[in-house]
Amino acid sequence: MSNVLLIDFGSTYTKITAVDVEREIVIGTAHGITTVETDIMDGLNQALDELFAITGKLEFAKVLGCSSAAGGLKMVAIGLVLELTVEAAKRAALGAGAKIMGVYGNELSEYEIEEIAALKPEIILLAGGTDGGNKEVIVHNAKMLTTLGLDVPIIVAGNKSVAPQVVKILSAVMSEVVHTENVMPKLNELNIEPARGTIRDVFLRRIVEAKGLNKANKFVNRMVMPTPAAVLKAAELLGKGTEYEAGLGDLMVIDIGGATTDIYSIAKGDPNKRNVALKGLPEPFGKRTVEGDLGMRYSATALFKAAGAKMIADFAGATETDVESYMKKVEENVEYLPQSDIETKVEIAMGRACTRLATERHVGQLETVFTLCGDVFVQTGKDLTAVKIVIGTGGVIVNHKEPESILKGTMYDTSTPQMLKPESPEFWIDEKYIMASMGLLGEEYPEVAIRMMKKYIVRR
Amino acid sequence: MENNKVKVVLGVIGADCHAVGNKILNYALAQGGFEVVNLGVLVPQEEFINAAIETGAKAILVASLYGHGEIDCRGLRDRCREVGLTDIKLYVGGNLVVGKTDFTEVRNKFLAMGYDRVYEPGILPDQVIIDLKNDLGA
Repeated sequence: MSNVLLIDFGSTYTKITAVDVEREIVIGTAHGITTVETDIMDGLNQALDELFAITGKLEFAKVLGCSSAAGGLKMVAIGLVLELTVEAAKRAALGAGAKIMGVYGNELSEYEIEEIAALKPEIILLAGGTDGGNKEVIVHNAKMLTTLGLDVPIIVAGNKSVAPQVVKILSAVMSEVVHTENVMPKLNELNIEPARGTIRDVFLRRIVEAKGLNKANKFVNRMVMPTPAAVLKAAELLGKGTEYEAGLGDLMVIDIGGATTDIYSIAKGDPNKRNVALKGLPEPFGKRTVEGDLGMRYSATALFKAAGAKMIADFAGATETDVESYMKKVEENVEYLPQSDIETKVEIAMGRACTRLATERHVGQLETVFTLCGDVFVQTGKDLTAVKIVIGTGGVIVNHKEPESILKGTMYDTSTPQMLKPESPEFWIDEKYIMASMGLLGEEYPEVAIRMMKKYIVRR
Repeated sequence: MENNKVKVVLGVIGADCHAVGNKILNYALAQGGFEVVNLGVLVPQEEFINAAIETGAKAILVASLYGHGEIDCRGLRDRCREVGLTDIKLYVGGNLVVGKTDFTEVRNKFLAMGYDRVYEPGILPDQVIIDLKNDLGA
């Protein structure tokens, strides 16, 4: 028996994908409403009934799950300097698929502790100090966290010299304190993989149970990771390939949702131009950014503010009044779908604005510095101008008639030449919405997952 | 252990991209027993400060070779105070001003700006290492 079932417990829908790993095909997909508040199995059974109605009864050799249900994996990241260990901790958490509720630097105050307590994070990542560097702040912050009044798993990934002391302080009140390698062992040296892995372990051990996802344990062999981590994994596999199956090379993935827009890039991002100096933190090869103010429904008002009526009106060829009234309408009624020609145009324009702004925040920037030794180009972040493949996934893009008009927002724009966006990308669409599933499948069958993505993610 | 070494932050400030002296100093300081956090060229004041906070460095060594030293270096001491780097040593050197100004005048100007040591052109790294060891007791 070679059937594998992959489940994505989403915030709204529980999506299932049945694959045959021998024939490397998708047997069928289906979805139900996520029912994490009552019994998560209700929604899953609903999806299974829908699936079996099409495929007939199936048996599965393996069932793997990922989840972004009940608000995703809520995390707070703490470091010392905003541009350094705070940023490193944030990237580790994002890479692990977390939803970042807040980031904090320097010595925490009582007010900030109250704020963190109110955010009710499910995991706290505590960093600060390079190895052998600043010791006082992380120790201070550990002491402050003991007054949180909540029992939250804490991952310690800061200055190794005081790690034992920090763990000891926290363990006095917290039931789960895990130590891992420093997210920044040396200045400007990023080391986020160990923290990413540890976050995932804690997610599996603690969060799955706390969220009531363990009720699915009888049915699901393994709840593997948060959904965004599964998408990142799939993107990494497809880009890099393995020893036995070649990847597609550098790529980006765009996932627009009702509340957020996620951008993934799988690329080194070194300068493509000559005579460019790199500045800032080194970039992770597989990078994820999330924009909480760019989304099609719950974040429509925030998107309106971030993009401005003019950008969306220009994209749509509509008036600013049309744009404003439509965007108000969809935020009030998130189930609303465009009814007229003009509404469809505005809807597409909103998607393109999400893509454009989120890409601009994700990619690196080039700056010219005028010096006595001539003009020098300085690059901060990733140069993605040479990226050839941009993949669209997520409900908004997948169910769209013209997904490429939304993905156009990723493209290099001569009016903002400092933004290092892809210059001439091809647009590929994850039509069957399987990327998260393929990330799960890739845990056990990486080559099969790569080949299936090559087959099912199609170029437009 | 590398981490028992005293850390010092090194860099060329402002829009200055003279890299050779920076590399020589980096090498000499490392040989002299320090762990050098070298930020290279084109370094703004904020980066010197961020690096010093995060690494727990005991001194910041600022170089300026293109004549704008006075403008670029001003205010670094105040920023250090602001972020809590109260005990940090600040050294500065290079071609700090344009033209043939009397160096005593230059030194006094930079001392008044809060720098602990001001080096004139042509000074050898050995002197800097001796001074660091004296000042930091390392």
